[in-house]
Amino acid sequence: MEALLKVREVSKHFGGFTALSQVSLEIGRGERFGLIGPNGSGKTTLINCISGALRNDGGSIEFDGAEISSLPAYQRTRRGIARSFQIPRPFTSMSVLENLVVPLEYVQHRGTLHIADTRAEALEILRTVGLQDKAQTQSNRLTQVELRKLELARAMAARPRLLISDESMAGLSGNEVDEVLAILRTLNEAGITIIMIEHIMQAVMRFSQRVVCLDAGRIICEGTPEAIVKNPDVQRAYLGA
Amino acid sequence: MKFWISCAIALGGAIALAAILKNEYFFFAGYTVLMFIVLATAWNILGGYAGYVNFGTPAFFGLGAYTAAVLFKAFELPLALQIVAAATMSGLLGLGAGLLTLRLRGIFFAIATIALVVIMETLFINWRYAGGATGLQLLRPPPTAPFESYIKMLFVVMAALAVIAVAIARYIETSWLGRGLRAIRDSEEAAEASGVPTLKLKVFACTVSGALMGVAGAPMPMYLSFIEPASTFNLNYAIGALASPMIGGTAHYIGPVLGAILLASFQQIVTVTISNEVNVLVVGVMLVVFVVAAPDGILGLLKKIPWKRS
Repeated sequence: MEALLKVREVSKHFGGFTALSQVSLEIGRGERFGLIGPNGSGKTTLINCISGALRNDGGSIEFDGAEISSLPAYQRTRRGIARSFQIPRPFTSMSVLENLVVPLEYVQHRGTLHIADTRAEALEILRTVGLQDKAQTQSNRLTQVELRKLELARAMAARPRLLISDESMAGLSGNEVDEVLAILRTLNEAGITIIMIEHIMQAVMRFSQRVVCLDAGRIICEGTPEAIVKNPDVQRAYLGA
Repeated sequence: MKFWISCAIALGGAIALAAILKNEYFFFAGYTVLMFIVLATAWNILGGYAGYVNFGTPAFFGLGAYTAAVLFKAFELPLALQIVAAATMSGLLGLGAGLLTLRLRGIFFAIATIALVVIMETLFINWRYAGGATGLQLLRPPPTAPFESYIKMLFVVMAALAVIAVAIARYIETSWLGRGLRAIRDSEEAAEASGVPTLKLKVFACTVSGALMGVAGAPMPMYLSFIEPASTFNLNYAIGALASPMIGGTAHYIGPVLGAILLASFQQIVTVTISNEVNVLVVGVMLVVFVVAAPDGILGLLKKIPWKRS
């Protein structure tokens, strides 16, 4: 499989604290990739470095053959990296539909299309996540699971090639987890590469083709979901020695 | 369409008043109200849409006023060109200040804008050609026909500038630009992740906002036939420009207009009937009342009333 994203020896420090040290990984086109690790292991920091919310201190990040680690986040989004946020960050002053119009206008149709067109497109995306009935609802009135879906829908509206789902299932019930998993699976079948960060082990294990486990800013293990669960280092990281 | 008809009516009304009314004081006071409409509308582009609170209004306003005054002193430039030059200078200040300070968020940006006022005032206090600390007396040229008095002409000019300012704000608000700015206010990270170039957009808003504040200041030297630093860079402009959108509502372009009309008219009345000191108190009281009772301003109150026929 040809790599879509190449992360090479990426480090990130916050003052004296090393959040990531020399992390390297490759993610292939169309892959379903799982990123796990205990709290504070650097998962979200790594995602922030890839999406551009943070700049990495050392190493390089290549997306689709081009170095992107010096690009601002919005340009990475335009190149095809979209993300959802662990704590949903809807545009609260806007309706659900309008939340999607923002990436549609700023990524896909920069200054070319009229609102009517992007609205039809936004509705189409809302339909795929099952939020079409909420299109006109103010986004600060959504329930937790609806907010998670909105996060994914807004990321989809940027028409990404790589979608990073940062704990999209945290705090959801079993049925709701299945719903979100189904959405991600559909996206993957449409050709979108997906990185899933998750605490809910069962979800990651069911979804991912390959899993990497981070602990204290280092990759401690990489392999198939089955191999990861059996790995003694992973067990130690999660349960303690 | 409705918007442009309203604009034409407002402007036509201003011209009609200038033709009919004889009392010069009405135009003297009305000019101030219109000026605050421009200031409040300008402030709202960055402060309301993008949520970046700017206390630096006097810096942009004052630079506009001084640009006009200096150009008048040096070349006797006509008013229209003074206004264009003021817009350019204040717009450039907005661009520069934006690039330097808009990486700061929230309260830190607000503090930086206060510093900007102090810097500009110090600069002009020490510029002898522009009158230094004592100020500059300017002799008004005769009014351009068909206006019979200069103050009436300034009133109509300011009405036209107010219409232009509101039209610009409306364009920004209803276009992709406004949606991007609102996204920034709601969540800067999410905006960036949605492809919004947040820094560029903020600097753009700061430039347009600054230019319009400069426009509001440009006719000031002619209005007073005088300019001096302490009153030109007065923080009252910052408070008025900020309080009007807060009172009217920041979400819609008509909010700052309503707020400015209400606040500035009330201030004019209080200044005449009571005293100039009480007028500052009025702003404070009104601001507190609205922040507590109607956090979304008059527009927010109107929305809550179910007055639309269903």
